[in-house]
Amino acid sequence: MTPNPAVSGQAAIEAAALRSDRFRQEREADWQRLEEIVARMERGRLRKLSDEDLVALPVLYRTVASSLSVARETSLDAATLAYLEGLVQRAWYLVYGPRVTLWGWLARFFGGEWSRAVRAIWPELLVAFALMAAGTVVGWQLCAADPDWYYSLVPGGFQDERVPGASREVLSSTLFGNAGQDGLSVFAASLFSHNAGVAIMCFALGFAFGVPPLLLLIQNTATLGAMLWLFNGQGLLIDFIAWLSIHGTTELFAILLAGGAGLHVGRSMAFPGDRTVVEAAARAGQRAAVVMAGVVVMLVIAGMLEGLGRQLIDHTQGRFVVGGSMLAIWLSYFFAFRRAPQGGEA
Amino acid sequence: MTARAIQARAGRERMQVTPEGIALPAVLASRGTRFGALLIDLVIMGVAMGVTSVVLLIAAAGLNTATGGKIDNPDPQLKIALEFVIILWIAAMFLFRYGYFLFFELGPRGATPGKRMTGIRIAARDGGRLSAEMVLARNLLRDIELFMPIGLVFSAGETSGVTWLAAMGWFMVFALFPFFNKDRLRAGDLIAGTWVVEAPRRRLEAALSTTPTARAGTSSATGAAYRFGDAELSVYGEYELQTLERVLRENRREALVSVHEAICRKIGWNPGAGDERAFLEAYYTQLRARLEAGMRMGKRKADKFT
Repeated sequence: MTPNPAVSGQAAIEAAALRSDRFRQEREADWQRLEEIVARMERGRLRKLSDEDLVALPVLYRTVASSLSVARETSLDAATLAYLEGLVQRAWYLVYGPRVTLWGWLARFFGGEWSRAVRAIWPELLVAFALMAAGTVVGWQLCAADPDWYYSLVPGGFQDERVPGASREVLSSTLFGNAGQDGLSVFAASLFSHNAGVAIMCFALGFAFGVPPLLLLIQNTATLGAMLWLFNGQGLLIDFIAWLSIHGTTELFAILLAGGAGLHVGRSMAFPGDRTVVEAAARAGQRAAVVMAGVVVMLVIAGMLEGLGRQLIDHTQGRFVVGGSMLAIWLSYFFAFRRAPQGGEA
Repeated sequence: MTARAIQARAGRERMQVTPEGIALPAVLASRGTRFGALLIDLVIMGVAMGVTSVVLLIAAAGLNTATGGKIDNPDPQLKIALEFVIILWIAAMFLFRYGYFLFFELGPRGATPGKRMTGIRIAARDGGRLSAEMVLARNLLRDIELFMPIGLVFSAGETSGVTWLAAMGWFMVFALFPFFNKDRLRAGDLIAGTWVVEAPRRRLEAALSTTPTARAGTSSATGAAYRFGDAELSVYGEYELQTLERVLRENRREALVSVHEAICRKIGWNPGAGDERAFLEAYYTQLRARLEAGMRMGKRKADKFT
C-alpha cells in the first residue's frame, strides 16, 4: 500500500491514520483527474480534450463511482462523500448525456426523426385537418348567410380593399401586379415571426388538454373561409387559391402540424392509457417538440416563398406549380420517405 | 448546514439510480433559486437585445447619412440596405427570444448563464439522458408561460381592465404552477419530462486524519497524549462526528473552544485551554475509527441517542 506518487503535498507523504482516509489517498489522483476532465468538458472545450482523456472518461467514471459506493459503506468523512457524490453526478451527466453535436442532431432530425415524429401523431393530424376544413367551410357559410360576418372573421389590420362589395378590379389588383411592391421582404420576415409565434402558441396551449388548439385552428381557418367566399363572389376563387398556395401550402401545413402536435399533448394528458398523466405528458411533449422544431423550419421556408415567390411569379399557373410542388415535397418527405431508425430510440 | 436547512433539503431530495446501481441523490432546486436564475437570464437577454438594437440602429443611421440623409425619399439601393437591417433586427429578436434558453440548455452543462451562476441545471426526470427534444419542449412552453402573458400585460395596460386581468390571470396560473406539484415542475418541465436540480461543484477537502496529532494521538504542540477509551468514545454517533468534522474544517476559534468544552464535559475530562484543536483532532480520529470499525461489522450508530 504505497501512496500514489501523483498526489503531491504533505497529505500524500503522510499516510493517514484511518483506514478510510488511506483508501481515499490511494484513489484521489483518479478522482482529481476525472474532475479535471469533467470541468474541461463542461466548459465546452471538447476539442482541447486529448483522445487519451476521452477514452479515460468512462473508465474513470466507473472507478470513481465504485469509490463512492465503497466509501458509503466504509467512510464517515461527510465532506469526501459529498465531493464524490457531486463528482459522480457531474460525470454521469457527461457520460450518459447527449453526446450529439448540433450538426449531428440536425442530420438526425432531417434524416428521419422529424418525419417519424410527424407520422407518429397521424391521428391528431387527421383531426386537425378535419378541423381546418370545417373551419374554412364554416367561415364561408357564415359570410354567405350574412356578409357582416366577414368583418368579424377577418382581422382589419392588413385589410383595406378586400371587403364585401369591392369590385373585381380592386380584388384582382391585390392578387396581381405587386411585383414592384416595397418592403415585401420585411413584411415576410415579420409575418414569419408572427406566424411562428402563433404556431408555438398552438402547440403550447395543447397543454390545456388540447382545447385551445382546436379553437385556434377553427378560428384561423374561418378567416380563410371568409376570404375564399369574398373572392369567389367576383369569380376570382381559382386565382386567389393560387395566390395563397405559393406559400400557403407550406404555411397551412405547418399550422396543421403545430395544431396536431398541440392536440397530441392534450390527448395524451386527457387519456394517458396505462401511464401516469405526467409520464404520458412527457413522452408526448418530447415527440411534439420534434414536430415543432420542423414547423419553425417550414415557416421560414413559407416566409421566403411569400417574400420572393409571390413577387417573382405573377400568374396563376406558375403559382399553382410552386405551391403544388411544395405540397408534394412535404407529403412525400413526411409519408413516403421512410428510413429505418438509426441506433436506439432517442 | 443547520438542522433546519438539512430538513428543508431532505424534502427536496430525489433518489436516482445510475446504470451501475449507485443511488445518487438529486436535490431539486428551490423555487427562489430558480426565480433568481430566471431574473439573471432575463437581464442578460434584455441587455443583449438592447445592444443588438442599438448597434443596428446606428448602422441604419450610418447608412442614411452615408447616402446623404434622404430617409424620406431614399434611392433603391439604400432602401434595400435598410430593409436588410430591419430583417436582421427581426431575425435577431426572434433568435434571442426562442434561442437563448435553447442554446445554453443544450450545452454540456444543461444550464443557462443564470442557472450556472445560481448552481442549478436541468436534468431528465426519469434519470435517463437529457435529450435535445426535452430541452426543445420545455423552452417552447416557456413562451406561453412567460413571454406571451407578460407581453399581453404590458400591451393591455391598466386602462383596459378586463384584458389586463385576463393576462395577469394567465401569467399567475403558470407562475404558481411549481407550487402545486411535489417536484416543483413548471408547465414546461411537465411536458418535457425534465426537472431542475442543484448542481453543486464541491472541492475535495483535505483528509483529516493525516496530521501528526491525528495519527499519534499526541499533541505536537504540548506533547499531551489524547487517548480515549471505549466508554469515552461510545457517547457519540455519526451525527455528532459530522458536526465535529464541520467544526474542524471551518476551524473557527470560538467553535473549537465551545465544542472542546462540551465534549470534555460529556466524557468527564477536565477541559484545559490552548490545545483545543489537537484534542478535537485526536477525538475525531479515534471516534471515526471506532464508528467505521463498527460500520465494517454492519453496526451503525446514527447519533448519541441510539
